[in-house]
Amino acid sequence: MTVLAEPTSAVPFEHRQTAHCESGVIASLMRDRRAPISEAMAFGVASGMTFAYLPFIKIGGMPLIAYRMPPRRIIAGVSKRLGITMKYETFRTPADGMRALDAHLDAGRAVGLQTSVFWLPYFPPDMRFHFNAHNLVVFGRRGGQYLISDPVFEQPVECDAESLARARFVRGALAPKGLLYYPTAIPPTLDLAPAIRKAIRFTTGMMLHTPLPIVGVRGIRLVARRIRKLSPANVTHNKLFLGHIVRMQEEIGTGGAGFRFLYAAFLQEAAAIIRVPALTSIAAQLTAAGDEWRRFALMSAKMCKGRDPMDYAQLAATLDHCAELERAVYVALRAAVA
Amino acid sequence: MKEHDVPQQAARAYMGQRKALYAINEQGEYTIVPSAGWEAEEIVLLQAIEECDRLAADAHARAQSGLTGALEYHMCRQRMDVMVLAQSTGFFRWQVRRHLRPGAFAKLSAGQQQRYESALGLTVRELETLPAAP
Repeated sequence: MTVLAEPTSAVPFEHRQTAHCESGVIASLMRDRRAPISEAMAFGVASGMTFAYLPFIKIGGMPLIAYRMPPRRIIAGVSKRLGITMKYETFRTPADGMRALDAHLDAGRAVGLQTSVFWLPYFPPDMRFHFNAHNLVVFGRRGGQYLISDPVFEQPVECDAESLARARFVRGALAPKGLLYYPTAIPPTLDLAPAIRKAIRFTTGMMLHTPLPIVGVRGIRLVARRIRKLSPANVTHNKLFLGHIVRMQEEIGTGGAGFRFLYAAFLQEAAAIIRVPALTSIAAQLTAAGDEWRRFALMSAKMCKGRDPMDYAQLAATLDHCAELERAVYVALRAAVA
Repeated sequence: MKEHDVPQQAARAYMGQRKALYAINEQGEYTIVPSAGWEAEEIVLLQAIEECDRLAADAHARAQSGLTGALEYHMCRQRMDVMVLAQSTGFFRWQVRRHLRPGAFAKLSAGQQQRYESALGLTVRELETLPAAP
């Protein structure tokens, strides 16, 4: 990859730190296009939250445990429910992809990119892992450096062209193929109320009534059962499994408690927009469920570390309690928006 | 979680960065609160990193005694496993496993080696050599 010529072009862009990359990027891009929407609203309207235990998809030998919908769903959901037209571009070669990015920047357009986490040099080394669906906004370049608003960082960051090209064109699961995206048409007024109702109905339906035992509240109960049945003979593996669950829940930009707090923030904001005050108290209920998830995380971590004696039954009971609290939340939510 | 309950246990892995959490302020409203780290998260992160390091050290030891190729060590160092390496090179897993055997990497064509170069971000020379210490 040759370093490009030296022109400087930067769009004035307001950086804001958010909990999650994808909801953060879409919120940033919309704010930049003068259609501000909060991260929580973007996440909620896109029905971003879920729970799924997918034992047939392995990450480093561990089953995939997802607290949110698959990558690209938030951007697709926001644009679908709010009637926004998005332009998506993918490229066959890094050179094409970087040329197109430069053209957008020269035209004064900040754009979203999908990248790998591992090859971004500004990530702390211990936080780098092979996840190919990270999202960020590029808003300019100065010399060979690209100016980036990465929503999970406190300040804007910079990245050299070669690393950025590598991060955009990494191969493998969820390969970004240089994906670059931006909104091309946003309705003059965003009609949030119907979108919120639809989104809540979708999320609660999925959490309560998915006919598969691995998704939603039943998925949480299934993981609880799996933990209860762990054999004390495999302590090393069990610790890695518990650690893996907690990492999926907390480490990967979730805003705390596996997106539960983020969704509660959405419900709080939605209460005023759809004029259903009950959502405020349901948000408090969901916060309580999130607190229980955090308790589960702390308990698991301490047992993994050997500070507390390993007690699978207690961990399983805590998860079951999370499931029960969440079930009550979704039942109440469904009734509130019916 | 209340705003004042947001953990601020400076985590080494963050390298001074803070991460955004959602918490409830005095008025009962959700707001974004930067967190310097949480012990639960740090414990499980370090656990995962130690596991990676253990695998790399193990591969290093086996490579030194000629039981595997240096490529396996570099794969572990770059936090990959056979599945991720296969996906990012476009080889099948059985091919990658075969290429990990001692001496196998050197026999690959330049084009095949180049696929490993770009997947792992290391040069052929680096991939062929085993550093003295893991």
